Amino acid sequence: MSLQPIKFYQTGTFTVGNRLLAPEERSVQANMQRTNSLNSGHRACQGCGEALGARYAIDAAMNATNRQLIAANATGCLEVFSTPYPETSWQIPWIHSLFGNTAAVATGMAAALKVKGRSEVRVVAQGGDGGTTDIGFGCLSGMFERNDDVLYICYDNGGYMNTGVQRSSATPPAARTATTMAVGDAPGNVFGQGKFVPAIAMAHEIPYVATATVADLRDLEYKVTKAMGMHGARYIQILVPCPLGWGTPSSDTIRMARLAKETGVFPVFEAENGEVTAVLKIRKRLPVEEYLKPQKRYAHLFGKQPRVDTIASIQALADKNIRKYKLLEEGI
Amino acid sequence: MLKQIEGSHAVAEAVALCRPEVICAYPISPQTHIVEGIGEMVKDGQLKNCEFINVESEFAAMSVAIGSSAAGARTYTATASQGLLFMVEAVYNASGLGLPIVMTVANRSIGAPINIWNDHSDSLSQRDCGWIQLFAETNQEALDLHIEAFKLAEELSLPVMVCMDGFILTHAYERVDMPTQAQVDAFLPPYEPRQVLDPAEPVSIGAMVGPEAFMEVRYLAHAKQMQALELIPRMAKEFESVFGRVIGGLTRTYMADDAETMVIAMGSVLGTIKDVVDEMREQGHKIGVLGITSFRPFPLADVADALRNCKRFVVLEKSLAVGIGGIVATNVRMAVTGMGLKGYTVIAGLGGRAITKKSLHALFVKAERSELEPLTFLDVDWRVINRQLDRERQKRRSGPAAEAMLRDLGMVAAKIA
Amino acid sequence: MDKPFAITLKPGSSLANHTGSWRTMRPVYVDRLPPCNATCPAGENIQGWLLHAESGDYEKAWRSLVQNNPLPAIMGRACYHPCEGACNRTRLDEAVGINSVERFLGDEAIKHGWKFDAPAKASGKRVLVIGAGPAGLTAAYHLQRLGHQAVIYEAAEHAGGMMRYGIPKYRLPRDIIDAEVQRILDLGVELRLNTKVANLAEAMKEGFDAAFLGVGAHIAKRAYIPAGDADKVLDAVSVLRGMEGESAPLLGRRVVVYGGGNTAIDVARTAKRLGAEESIIVYRRTREKMPAHDFEVEDALKEGVSIKWLSTITEAGLSETGGDIMVEKMALDANGFPQPTGEYERIEADSLVLALGQDTDLSLLDNVPGLVTANGIVQVDASMMTGYPGVFAGGDMAGNDRTVTVAVGHGKKAARAIDAWLRNEQHEPDPKHELATFERLNTWYYSDAPKTVRPVLDIIRRQSTFEEVLGGLDEGNALFEARRCLSCGNCFECDNCYGVCPDNAVIKLGPGQRFQFNYDYCKGCGMCATECPCGAIAVVAEDI
Repeated sequence: MSLQPIKFYQTGTFTVGNRLLAPEERSVQANMQRTNSLNSGHRACQGCGEALGARYAIDAAMNATNRQLIAANATGCLEVFSTPYPETSWQIPWIHSLFGNTAAVATGMAAALKVKGRSEVRVVAQGGDGGTTDIGFGCLSGMFERNDDVLYICYDNGGYMNTGVQRSSATPPAARTATTMAVGDAPGNVFGQGKFVPAIAMAHEIPYVATATVADLRDLEYKVTKAMGMHGARYIQILVPCPLGWGTPSSDTIRMARLAKETGVFPVFEAENGEVTAVLKIRKRLPVEEYLKPQKRYAHLFGKQPRVDTIASIQALADKNIRKYKLLEEGI
Repeated sequence: MLKQIEGSHAVAEAVALCRPEVICAYPISPQTHIVEGIGEMVKDGQLKNCEFINVESEFAAMSVAIGSSAAGARTYTATASQGLLFMVEAVYNASGLGLPIVMTVANRSIGAPINIWNDHSDSLSQRDCGWIQLFAETNQEALDLHIEAFKLAEELSLPVMVCMDGFILTHAYERVDMPTQAQVDAFLPPYEPRQVLDPAEPVSIGAMVGPEAFMEVRYLAHAKQMQALELIPRMAKEFESVFGRVIGGLTRTYMADDAETMVIAMGSVLGTIKDVVDEMREQGHKIGVLGITSFRPFPLADVADALRNCKRFVVLEKSLAVGIGGIVATNVRMAVTGMGLKGYTVIAGLGGRAITKKSLHALFVKAERSELEPLTFLDVDWRVINRQLDRERQKRRSGPAAEAMLRDLGMVAAKIA
Repeated sequence: MDKPFAITLKPGSSLANHTGSWRTMRPVYVDRLPPCNATCPAGENIQGWLLHAESGDYEKAWRSLVQNNPLPAIMGRACYHPCEGACNRTRLDEAVGINSVERFLGDEAIKHGWKFDAPAKASGKRVLVIGAGPAGLTAAYHLQRLGHQAVIYEAAEHAGGMMRYGIPKYRLPRDIIDAEVQRILDLGVELRLNTKVANLAEAMKEGFDAAFLGVGAHIAKRAYIPAGDADKVLDAVSVLRGMEGESAPLLGRRVVVYGGGNTAIDVARTAKRLGAEESIIVYRRTREKMPAHDFEVEDALKEGVSIKWLSTITEAGLSETGGDIMVEKMALDANGFPQPTGEYERIEADSLVLALGQDTDLSLLDNVPGLVTANGIVQVDASMMTGYPGVFAGGDMAGNDRTVTVAVGHGKKAARAIDAWLRNEQHEPDPKHELATFERLNTWYYSDAPKTVRPVLDIIRRQSTFEEVLGGLDEGNALFEARRCLSCGNCFECDNCYGVCPDNAVIKLGPGQRFQFNYDYCKGCGMCATECPCGAIAVVAEDI
């Protein structure tokens, strides 16, 4: 298990904190003195999953490193909404260089720290899925294969949201984006395309690869903390629903992430040196419709004549995840 | 210490004397020998406290350099040609963020057609990228300029490109005077970054700046280069006092005092030009030379000063602004605006085409006689060009021009119909 | 650091950007009414006291509980806990064992000798309480705590009313009653036993400013059944009351109980414990229609009691030896009413106990002007006051819903009304919050935790002794049980809102202080409300 269950009844350990838990058993986010690495006043949309995921992750990394952390950030929503002149929301040393070079910038930062003898200061790189799986992929792969001492965090919302919701290689099949319109015989994004970078990261046999969602805070913090306790190249991909791009209410961001995990659409697992070591099991398996239906980007599947064939194909992908990553206790 | 070594190796040793802390390496001819040289020094322990990183592309090389420089390390890399173009986005970013990275550009042409030989197309394509660009005339100057470049970059918090002609300098074995570590240490203090990523004092570097402040930011970048115009000559003097050698400040003149014809150029070709000028002086021609070391910032005043007394000037450049003519020439013309000088642009040596003394001699004589076209392509084969142009006039789809021309030259087996 | 203009910025400077101006919806913290609280006839703030029990502070939990109900140890045994029926957790797994935690707290209080908080400053007013049953004891307790002198007149030899004389020992041990009554008396409540009030008006003249009537319903209802030997036909009230006397009633080997209420069950189970080989309940309708609680029926069946459904007794005392009864089979008509079928059956019986309900002895109310009774019940207004100003009534005599819990609720309500009345005011109960329905919860955050099964006395001992059937929880499982509470509608400081806000617009105020919204930055996304496990955040439209 990636998440050690604590015997606790009223709320389990699914909540952020809980007064009944010992302080050390509560999440970083429950702490009154948490860093708020990404502070108030940022210009993210209402209910932004990425803003939430970034604070979760970076606060956890700050906590794990005794606040000795510096970060590189790719161009994208996170960068734009956090640092429009004259205001920045970041409370940590932070640099934005370009869209596609964040992993390399972080490599340079880590190299500088090493040569300066500042082993206590650690490096995080972060970007969206476009900046990670597409334009930044070369640099990312380079950073991986050299095993540079960087934790790269990809906030995956399945598209180029900053530029107006275009398709990326992380956009799921059938999803409508501005460049995979919901028209024609096979509306939305094409099946059989796209890539799942965590698996590619594993193929580099780097020390640590994990996926997480904003719906499982404890799991996310556990993974970031674990990653910061290791050296070398590490990769965490966090599913961060985007109310704008997904067409979901701003209040449902966490709910959507939870549904992605509970349907098997997004497998949550961790891997060390190229091998899966633990998965976050599905607590209550749900059909993919539960996840698809609330999202406007899949609205074309639920029109007057529901696209049962397409839904079945998405279900098959989820089932494959469940099989492949053993997301259910007893398998399918 | 005098040494007979390859230009690349001389630069590698000089860079090593500057105590770089992070070096990013990605191979591209003709830059390879430089980083190979430094890499070996890191690997065998000669160069301590240095991270040598084999990156996956030039884009990554400059990006790693951005990261390490921002985190407070003295950072160096080298590239050429396509490599420089591949890293362009990061090149602009490094200067925009004010990071004092030093990069050697072993000047080489840009394809297509792919060509590995020397010209200045690569660096000059980056004339507006915000970096300081210094051009070396000799291997000695190349190594000296690197030492100066670190100091200049760090003082201004601005990146510096040291440009040296590929193969002509990089692969030439020449005698150089290699300074001692003590000399370099005396000249170049440890790197004190102007801004740094440090948990003790967090900052956000690389904000998004909108219309309300972007112009000011760009002006400040310009102002910084204007500061460099003052700093470079001062630093050249300081260099002279430490190392006992004169290096190029902004510009250098040769036989210019009474020259009626001034030849303007950058890089190693200045040596050939000076030889021709020597010969022509013996023959009584009033001809002199203006070598430009600092192409960015462009020393408008120095150039104007140097040309104040001449009647005409010839800009001989290893670059072409396709569709208009010269790049260096355009800059020079701006410097002499209103001076009533006759100016000629000569495009020469592209893609490694030899620039011979004979051709130069004839060229300069033509200039003196006002027989030169305003824009001249030195030593091109007009037969080939005209035949191709004819072909194209006759047939809309005449096939790849380069191949057809090569066939005309008999360099491709005539098997292809 | 000499920062480059515009490109490099000072950390945290975005605090200058008040994103609260984007908001069209505003989250607000609310307290919604948990279904347990809403359902509790005693008006207990169940979620409130469970909150303290969850953190293991049992004394604080008990003190919170007794603000409404002074008899938790009794209630933890005798209450039929409608709260558990309403508990939202039933939709997840099983109801929280509220009753068992209440009993645990009551027992802890007895074990540790916890006393009630001292009464308020004496008002100088005296209130007469008639009857030391649950209604009277509760009224007296609240009155005393409010500063009034409560004086209880009790006709019986012991305090407790039906708790003592109607509920069998195996369900409610007598030392529990004694301990909780004593604690009330320790507050300064005066108790006069063996004091039957025959005339209220007269009694009031003994210097009382107000009165509360809680005399209960002790008179067994009879039905006409032709009987050969009347001696063998008993009523439930006397049987159960007889259990408190020197010698237990003689019921014989085969006992038939007639009726379908909880009292019928109590009698049947008592008969079994007194040695009856057969204890048969005869009831005219079906199990679904039976008023007795299902778990009581289940326990009785387990102990060997048998039940004849759809049966009425038409005649008793048929045999020479006195027993035997005639039972007629019934069938339900279209309206669900039982109708005779003409089919008969004869059952051997040594005795027949009628458990057909009770009436109140209202003779003491003769000559009280304005006081109205109807169908044997004293009529009261919303504040439990009778038609005679200053005289209040509650418990079995003032309603048809006759349980200990209802009586406790009446006592509290009446005491508060009496307090107001004594000050010439009208008692205004606090407005009720909106109900915390299951749909308001986000149950994802609760982990599965089935109800703790209380230790149950083994069947053999249950059939022969009057030992308490249901055991209590120990501290470990009481804590477990308390923590199963979902805290419906009331913040339990899980930190979710504080954690899930993408804009850090929730301020955590510290232990016990809950949270506050920072409307300077709250963009109104509503995630806090969606992810609040217990539905303690409402989202309302912003005035724009």
